[in-house]
Amino acid sequence: MIKVENIHKSFGDEDILKGISTVFEKGKTNLIIGQSGSGKSVFLKCLLGLFKAEKGFIYFEDEAIQNMDEDQQRDLREDTGMLFQGGALFDSMTVEENVMFPLRMFTKQKKSEMKARVNEVLSRVQLEGANKKYPSEISGGMQKRVSIARAIVNKPKYLFCDEPNSGLDPKTATVIDNLIQEITHENNITTIVVTHDMNSVMEIGENIVFLKSGKLVWQGNNEEIFKTDNEDVTDFVYSSDLFKKIRDVQLKENS
Amino acid sequence: MRYLRDIGSYFLMIKRIFSSFTKGSVLKELVFKEIEDLIISSLGIVVFISFFVGGVIAIQTALNVNNPIIPKSLIGFATRQSIVLEFAPTFMSIIMAGKVGSLITSSIGSMRVTEQIDALEVMGINSLNYLVFPKIVALSLYPLVIGISMFMGIFGGWVAGVYGGFSSSTDFIAGLQDDFQVFHLVYAFIKTFVFAFILATVPSWQGYYMKGGALEVGKASTNSFVWTSVLIILANYIITQLLLS
Repeated sequence: MIKVENIHKSFGDEDILKGISTVFEKGKTNLIIGQSGSGKSVFLKCLLGLFKAEKGFIYFEDEAIQNMDEDQQRDLREDTGMLFQGGALFDSMTVEENVMFPLRMFTKQKKSEMKARVNEVLSRVQLEGANKKYPSEISGGMQKRVSIARAIVNKPKYLFCDEPNSGLDPKTATVIDNLIQEITHENNITTIVVTHDMNSVMEIGENIVFLKSGKLVWQGNNEEIFKTDNEDVTDFVYSSDLFKKIRDVQLKENS
Repeated sequence: MRYLRDIGSYFLMIKRIFSSFTKGSVLKELVFKEIEDLIISSLGIVVFISFFVGGVIAIQTALNVNNPIIPKSLIGFATRQSIVLEFAPTFMSIIMAGKVGSLITSSIGSMRVTEQIDALEVMGINSLNYLVFPKIVALSLYPLVIGISMFMGIFGGWVAGVYGGFSSSTDFIAGLQDDFQVFHLVYAFIKTFVFAFILATVPSWQGYYMKGGALEVGKASTNSFVWTSVLIILANYIITQLLLS
């Protein structure tokens, strides 16, 4: 569980996050959504500790990250997996070396044990046999799956995903979404996904936080989001023609 | 003001490189990889350039001293002094700023652009120690490269002098031994160590703190060459003033 209390972050004179408070629950896929420029990525980077919030607290379980010393923060990061927008795989390493990387850095396992664990997670993301390939030799969807494998190989307690579907076709995007949700449930971890993809919202939005201009304006799940009267949310949700048509059909059926 | 900020960020980077060390076994592998990329892969070009520049120095000296009063051994003497004092340590380092410096800046810059550095930081790894420290260790072998450059430069001078008919082998070798001061070698290798540190850290700094995309990686590589060369020339002047004057 991650609890956020009154987080503020600014760059120069510009306030990006203006007092966000919320709870991201364990065992659920928590989504942060909102338009471009709403502060989603900055919020995620604050949660990850890449940006320091000027005000407020972020609690991992019961411990505020602001009160942790450097060693505690490093330990926390070892418990964190991250799926970057572009995958962020190390170009000079093979798929196997990429996935093995966190194990080599943070565990004292033997190479055979590490290889067994790598094969296990690669099989979980359906990438058996890709061990010796380099990131440049595999597709964007496969790169995302390798990135997921790398994020979960060290059994993290927290999984962060930044726009996991960007640049993917709808079918592959759904596969990635489902994979993230399944892994969250299987391992009972706290997962936070930053996205503006409405398909992801529908598929895996068990807890959705909607940001606008650095403020949290709505929170709910993927059923509630289609029923809310909050104008900011409805503007966002029905900005695509497809969702507008679906809503019109539903309204006709109801009337 | 911008320059002050840049200088500050460079020294803060140096401080961070030497903190929160990466796991020893991983670091060892990284150092060997950097030795391969930065040292071994540079040997070919170093040998090639040094040999021919040494030859050119010998020929030019010979062509400018055809006065019978001046001994032929001057060709060997001038070749040795030029190669040992300036060409091998300083000008070879500027050439290496182009080869090694660009490689370092573009590889770290690409990692910045593609979020690989963020990935390291999120995992709790000190990315500066992971990326730059092995380069500093690998480039501590740089004096070996400069030693090879000195040898090949003098050898090139001997080949050009003797086989070009400008000097006898005996005269050339007598010139090499004439007024030889070990301190000149010490001075050259002290310079080389300083240049090695500049070669490892300045291009890393340019790559690590770059912002933008692929185009900016190219710009950062160019800046890296300019900054590294300028600092090598400045350091060369200061060290020479301190040690030889």
